[in-house]
Amino acid sequence: MGEFKVHRVRFFDYMPTAIRAMAFNAHTERLALGRMDGSVEIFNFADHYFQEKVIPGKDSRSIEALCWVGGRLFSAGLNGEITEYDLENLRPKYSLEAYGGPIWTITSNSQGAHLAIGCEDGTVKLFEVLEESIQFERNLDRQKGRIISLSWHPSGTQIAAGMMDMIRVFDAVSMLTTVLLVDRGFGGSKSRETVVWSVVFLSDCTIISGDSAGKVQVWDGHTGTLVKTHLVTKWDVLALSVSKDESSVVVGTSEGTVIQFQFIAPTLQQQQDKEWVRTRTFKNHTHDVRALAEIETAIVSGGMDTQLVVRPLLEKFDERSHASALRKIQFPHRNLVFCAKKAGLLLFQFPGQLELWRLGESDGHGKPGDSLPLKRKPEKLLHLKRKGEDHICCSALSSCGGWLAYSTMSSVRLYRLQTDNNDISITKVPKLPKILRSAHQLCFSSDSSKLFAASSQSSVLVIALSQSECKYVHTLKPKSGSRQPIHLMTNSVDGKWLATANSDCEIHVYNVQKLKLHCIVPVYGSCPSAMGIHPTTNNLTMVHADQQIFEYSIVEKQYTDWSRKLQKQGLHNLWLDRDTPVTHVTFNPKNPEQILLHDMHMFCIIDQSLPLPDQKTQFYNQMTLRSLSEQERPSHLHAFKICKTFQDLLSVSLLDDQSLVMVERPLLAITSQLPAPVRQKKFAT
Amino acid sequence: MATLCEGFTLCGLVQTQNASDSPIQGIELDEDSDHAVVTDSTRSVTLYKVSDQKPLGSWTVKQGQLLTCPAVFNFQTKEYVVVSDNKVIRVWKDEDLNLDKAFKATVTADVWRVHSAPGGEPVVLFQRGAVRFLDSLLSAPQQPIEDVLSEEEVIRWSASIVAEEQHFVLFTTEQNGECCLYVQRLNPNTLQKYRLEREDSGASPLSFSASLRDKHLNLLYLYPNGCVYQSVVAARGYVGLEGVQDLPRSLRLRLPVGEGELGAASAVALDEAHVAVVGVPHPSARTGKDFLCIWNTNFQTLQAGILRNWSFVWCYLGKLFVPHGKALSIIPYECQKSSLASALGKLRHTGIAVSKSSVAVPSWNTLLHGDQPQGPTKIVETRKSVRNVKLGVNCVQPQPHQTGPVDEVQREVEVLVSRGDAQDLQLSVGQLACHLVARSQAETAFYTPVALAQLVQTQFLCHSVCPGLLLLSLEHKDYFLCQLCLQLFPDIPEVVTCACLKTFISNEVLQTPYSDNFLLPHLKDLDTQQVILFLQYLQFVYLKYSQDVYTQTAGLRSPTMTQIIDWVCLLLDAHFTVLVMAPDAKGLLSNLQSFVKSQVKLFSELGKIESSLQELHKMKLSKDISQYSIEVIELF
Repeated sequence: MGEFKVHRVRFFDYMPTAIRAMAFNAHTERLALGRMDGSVEIFNFADHYFQEKVIPGKDSRSIEALCWVGGRLFSAGLNGEITEYDLENLRPKYSLEAYGGPIWTITSNSQGAHLAIGCEDGTVKLFEVLEESIQFERNLDRQKGRIISLSWHPSGTQIAAGMMDMIRVFDAVSMLTTVLLVDRGFGGSKSRETVVWSVVFLSDCTIISGDSAGKVQVWDGHTGTLVKTHLVTKWDVLALSVSKDESSVVVGTSEGTVIQFQFIAPTLQQQQDKEWVRTRTFKNHTHDVRALAEIETAIVSGGMDTQLVVRPLLEKFDERSHASALRKIQFPHRNLVFCAKKAGLLLFQFPGQLELWRLGESDGHGKPGDSLPLKRKPEKLLHLKRKGEDHICCSALSSCGGWLAYSTMSSVRLYRLQTDNNDISITKVPKLPKILRSAHQLCFSSDSSKLFAASSQSSVLVIALSQSECKYVHTLKPKSGSRQPIHLMTNSVDGKWLATANSDCEIHVYNVQKLKLHCIVPVYGSCPSAMGIHPTTNNLTMVHADQQIFEYSIVEKQYTDWSRKLQKQGLHNLWLDRDTPVTHVTFNPKNPEQILLHDMHMFCIIDQSLPLPDQKTQFYNQMTLRSLSEQERPSHLHAFKICKTFQDLLSVSLLDDQSLVMVERPLLAITSQLPAPVRQKKFAT
Repeated sequence: MATLCEGFTLCGLVQTQNASDSPIQGIELDEDSDHAVVTDSTRSVTLYKVSDQKPLGSWTVKQGQLLTCPAVFNFQTKEYVVVSDNKVIRVWKDEDLNLDKAFKATVTADVWRVHSAPGGEPVVLFQRGAVRFLDSLLSAPQQPIEDVLSEEEVIRWSASIVAEEQHFVLFTTEQNGECCLYVQRLNPNTLQKYRLEREDSGASPLSFSASLRDKHLNLLYLYPNGCVYQSVVAARGYVGLEGVQDLPRSLRLRLPVGEGELGAASAVALDEAHVAVVGVPHPSARTGKDFLCIWNTNFQTLQAGILRNWSFVWCYLGKLFVPHGKALSIIPYECQKSSLASALGKLRHTGIAVSKSSVAVPSWNTLLHGDQPQGPTKIVETRKSVRNVKLGVNCVQPQPHQTGPVDEVQREVEVLVSRGDAQDLQLSVGQLACHLVARSQAETAFYTPVALAQLVQTQFLCHSVCPGLLLLSLEHKDYFLCQLCLQLFPDIPEVVTCACLKTFISNEVLQTPYSDNFLLPHLKDLDTQQVILFLQYLQFVYLKYSQDVYTQTAGLRSPTMTQIIDWVCLLLDAHFTVLVMAPDAKGLLSNLQSFVKSQVKLFSELGKIESSLQELHKMKLSKDISQYSIEVIELF
């Protein structure tokens, strides 16, 4: 196959922010995740946990809690506002000031008719959910002290509120309130107020609470008596989540553990006398577990250590399989790195800024495994801070390195870059067409003459670029009438084709020269996670969240023979078992048989000229091939050449000089930037 | 010496219908070294705490189901794995109470064994020879399993061995009386097939045992005729060999079998020199084959034995697990290296260039008495097999050494030594040396220093072959020959070493192998003047070396620092009370004391900077991960 020179880049200081809240919609199987920077991510649990949508954050927005009402998503935060999101345009639909000071929690009743929020000023406010908005209805009895947590009784007539040192139960019918007093911690913490971080209200009127003294308490809501106290940690119990059938409750703590309680009979003899028993402890986090959801077959948790963990409950599976494996989602399922292949430049996208780097150079050659001496070090050319409060949602760099664009929710900015030798000059293009207000995706044509911007309802704006001006040309619209946003966009090297993919799993191919829709690729059931158009054959290669690979001939409007062969034979199980999606597809212009792909843990070159591996073939065979002699090798070759030398990959691209650029972000580096976890006494320390 | 300690009963057993069948399928360890996972031959798995002899947990499959492979512990996931009814893999944890509720997966082919070892992933070996990692198998249980073995080939035995970063599954098969060994390396997967040499009787091995030593896989197997063979397969490096290889073997041990052949017997390698054998008669007992014996394979000596009725044995962590009658017994054992054993390794310091070729130590009783040879005990790896050595005294003709004058004897020896055949030479050299020594002892005028030196230099002699030689040379004050013997004999008894010491002090004496316990009483025979002189000499050597450590060239035979210090300690131990009283030893003792003080101080200082040095080591590692590098990779 051959040798490659690899630029191993570890200077992209990508830092995900902590997870603050999550809400699972069992009906649509979507998980909404709120992060500290105010961004919201939607994961499709029905489609391999694919990160389907990302709503960028905003400086002034904070999310304390998320809540689904049907297919509508609401959040509330310490800025005192309730926000409903427009999931089609990936932006807040509206925000409403609740006039109760910072909001700690938001929750809807099971009927989906009302929202309740808990405010700093001690009020619980009820909002009626209307067709297009929400409307304030009334305040429940105002209390002294803030309302930290809320939970509706499934009947919708009672609501339990976690406060400081107490839980209050409001009855909407009788207007009575019951007070449950929560103990403080022992010793020094006796003087500190106990914060009831989380409550759940079960249909049998049992209330379960978790508090800052490390207790999980079970209360009888009828009598207002404490049934049982479980001291689970020396630190805080932060989050609680109850399973749909109310037989299990999971608890997240500051120590990073998730503890499960189950409603079971403690002895085999008395099956009737059930009680809440602590059963299992999971430790998949290093820091606070701030958000939890117990779904049908798994426990989903997230917190300060920024990763989303899906821990399947093994008793819900008949046999060990792909679905029963622990999953950690650490990196976004989209690109944050853009590479100018001709110019050897890298663009890193952060929420607040863009960084432009020039790669280093080396002279001489080396044996495989060698590090080459550097002639020139990599250099940071540009640090471009965004304007305004909105975070950057997408960006693009032209392959010549002459243009740079980014978009926030409220504006698109385009810059002209000029580099002569060591000097770089950046000029903002002043007048952009008015129609170009914001974009979900941006990309430049390969000759840098056009800018494509993915706009609302899966449409694409075509903007012509020249030295003197920047002109709106056309809007490409899909025929399907989909309202979903575009999350992938790629164009062909000859400038003729543009392909877009949206969250409805639709892939449209447009003829850019004729400015019309060329064809729709047959819709496949899993969302495409990466795609690319081949530079010579104009075949579109798509990789989906379920790891399937398709190749579609744009010219012939049908799947290629290779793709059919691959589908007929099936992909190797070890390929299908990988648990991170492919996030980039690119090609080798010098060797048209090669397709380059990568996910977080591996980089792969598919050589279409080689036989496909069947299930009996050793799939990861690079080590074996290395040990074989030149003559023996050909009989062991197969199409998938997988290299795992590079880990925690954010991006892989092939420069025009045939060298690879691997952008790694070691998880260890992310961990080292996190605040210190709560101190745990370990033996002999 | 190996000793068997007093055994104890771990648990009772259900007697099987066929007495030769083991009531136990297997015994495995889990992460606690004091635990044993015992799988019986029918339906249950029990976890025992060995020291308390009590069960910690027991799991049973339903009536009608049958466990078909011993339960193993998965050291990575802390789960137990067992196979029932050949195809159903069950995985459970310590805290699971019911095996039926545990995770199970049905695979498409019959499983032979699941193997697990600390530091490695569990591996499933199918009856048709295919091998899968448990994890990958469970992720797709219905995956097709290929046939590796031919139709009538059946697996007889299997084992898995995990060495640093290498994982092996070994199994032996049998087909029409032909036995083969398969070595499956995992990651990368390669399979190598070896054909075992056929025993003359056509019988197949009764038991196998595999171990890893010095980066070689050692396979030990026992035939019904009592022969224990060892075969060695290199563990490292890729074997680019196609097809079936013949597996060379070497005879390690020929056990006395009594009348007839062995029925059910089993041999397990304990360490490089010791083998535990059950189901074999005790040489000194007349009847019965029901002994557990430990044999030293280097010297063909029986080290320990107990009478019980048994035929299977497992060995873990210094304990033998033996089912017998209605109970499972545990017998702790110890294998200490004696002076004899250390001749083959312990004190022959590797830093010193001794002789390049290994010293072959023949079994003396064979050679001296000319009865059926058992072959050399030190394995020569390159040899394909042990040839039947049929060589007696009559080969050396004419025999001037019986009566002829010195120069004639000299000539005869030269002729003999110049002959090439090492195997024959070994025998005849021993014979000749013995005769010469015997004649020298009888005729005081007869002494052939040159001839003897030549014989010693062939390196086929050792002290036990010709015990009189060294003493004879001492008698004749032939120090050259003494030095030579000390240099080349691996097995000089401590008493002789001390006798040498009394006459002369050398480098050579310090380097002779010894064991403390045996040497100490003989050292006490030295008188004070000798001790003081010796200590002074040791101190001189020590100071000389400590000044210029690096001048110790590899070719020069010089004792190591450790050897010198060891001798100083031994001498002081043996004579301390006398030395304290002796006025002329005072200066020497105070010198030694100040030396010890300085050493202690040095070590405490080293201890202080140890952690700093470790930090330096770590820093070097972290430097490797730079922010940016340009590397070259190769894809195939």
